[in-house]
Amino acid sequence: MIDWLLEPLTYGFMQRGLAASVMVGILCAVMGTYVVLRGMAFLGDAMAHAILPGIAIAYILDGSLLVGAIAAAVAVAVGIGFISRGGNLKEDTAIGILFAAALSLGVALISTMQTYAVDLSHILFGNVLGVSVSDLWLTAILGAGILLTVGLLYKQFLVISFDPVLAATLRLPAELLRYVMLLLLALTVVVSLQTVGVGLSSAMLVTPAATAYLLTRRLWPMMLASAVIGALSSVIGLYLSFYLNIVSGAAIVLTATTFFLVAFIWKRMKS
Amino acid sequence: MTHTPHRLEVIDISIGYGDKIVLRDVSFQIPHGARVAVVGPNGAGKSTLFKALVGLLPLKSGRILIHGLDLGIHQDCVAYVPQREEVDWKFPVTVTDVVMMGRYGKLGWLKRPSRADQAIVRESLTQLGIADLEKISIGDLSGGQQQRVFLARAIAQEPHILLMDEPFTGVDITTQEATLNLLDTLRDRSVTAIISTHDLNLAANRFDYILLLNKRVIAFGPPKEVMQQENLAGAFGNSLLVMENGAMLVDECCPPDEDHPHEEVQHD
Repeated sequence: MIDWLLEPLTYGFMQRGLAASVMVGILCAVMGTYVVLRGMAFLGDAMAHAILPGIAIAYILDGSLLVGAIAAAVAVAVGIGFISRGGNLKEDTAIGILFAAALSLGVALISTMQTYAVDLSHILFGNVLGVSVSDLWLTAILGAGILLTVGLLYKQFLVISFDPVLAATLRLPAELLRYVMLLLLALTVVVSLQTVGVGLSSAMLVTPAATAYLLTRRLWPMMLASAVIGALSSVIGLYLSFYLNIVSGAAIVLTATTFFLVAFIWKRMKS
Repeated sequence: MTHTPHRLEVIDISIGYGDKIVLRDVSFQIPHGARVAVVGPNGAGKSTLFKALVGLLPLKSGRILIHGLDLGIHQDCVAYVPQREEVDWKFPVTVTDVVMMGRYGKLGWLKRPSRADQAIVRESLTQLGIADLEKISIGDLSGGQQQRVFLARAIAQEPHILLMDEPFTGVDITTQEATLNLLDTLRDRSVTAIISTHDLNLAANRFDYILLLNKRVIAFGPPKEVMQQENLAGAFGNSLLVMENGAMLVDECCPPDEDHPHEEVQHD
């Protein structure tokens, strides 16, 4: 059993992959609590897809994929915040248009490359075993920044999520806080691209947080439970991926889904 | 001539959504610690007025002054008790969490609640008789208990002006009494209370002023002056019936989410 657990860790790429997926699991799970509570699941998904052109351009220019993704994420967060503000279109319609256009642009750009099929599959479903040491550092720094901001703005995010009217009477800058939250979400999605890819990052945002929602009754325990479930899913998923030879992103998401189903059935049985 | 400073002055405001104006040319002045009932038919603009008073809706024109200064200058001066339908009851917060939010305005941006804040929260809970529920999720409470949680939060905010949207609709007698008792306590602390209600009897008997609204101010003043046939006819139109003995009856439905019509009788 010990050997079974230790064997994958003798490979450097597995150590890096494990570190990256645990960090991503925790980050997605924490930001995911806001996604679940504020009903932003579609937005998170859209954001992941809308980042694609940024990655493609970085790839073509031979620059850092993460930097390209971050630039695209910031543009997308501001764009979504801006479009959903006007009120001419329903928010989900506006997001739908933006997200389909960005996805198409991303695929169009990638299709001009020679190694099209392999690259696209890595971008769509992640390539956790290809994580470099510098990627790991960038993930750690971004992750620490995101968690710190969530910790510092805990009260403010709680109020704008639970009771926007109270936010107004307390004279909180709700609009600014909403942008900050979108930006944190976008950065989380960027970081998650390495492990689960564009296609599955919204699952990592939603599934652990939804599981935690079933098990807890206050916000910070929900965040904590969500983080534990996200981290566990990442570790278990990566081992499954190693031994069963399946794509790591899919293995991680399926593990998280199993946690969700168990919690869901347990909750049903209880009531 | 001496000038009494008013807690709240509303000067010629017009409010609406987009291009549509819901309330036009509204003006009134409310002195220290007064208790005002906002009365009018559905769609008269009561909730819209409240949204403007808390600063959620920008004014199309006019000004709102609190202690002679524009709205927004006095931080956390206004507390708002929402209608129960406006709250997400599945949100993972406990009773204490909700009431503690009332203290956030007085806390710094990055400060955690102090012992003093916790004491104020406990005191507010005790005052509303829900101290034993502090660790319960808000989703597990009864309707009346839910309302009392938000009343406790409003007290914890230590406001100068308290706004309540339909606190007497669809609640049990205990909560209605708790709400009225609370209003008496607030009067002692000279907190101004502005409350929308469909209950004309309550408005006439338990309030200092009535603001009769229907897209504009129909009448504003003490109940005796406002509760006149022509005023009520101006506000309620065809749903006002005048009996031979001078009693007036308003056949007015509750807000759309409650489909049982109820009738209020008002004697002249």
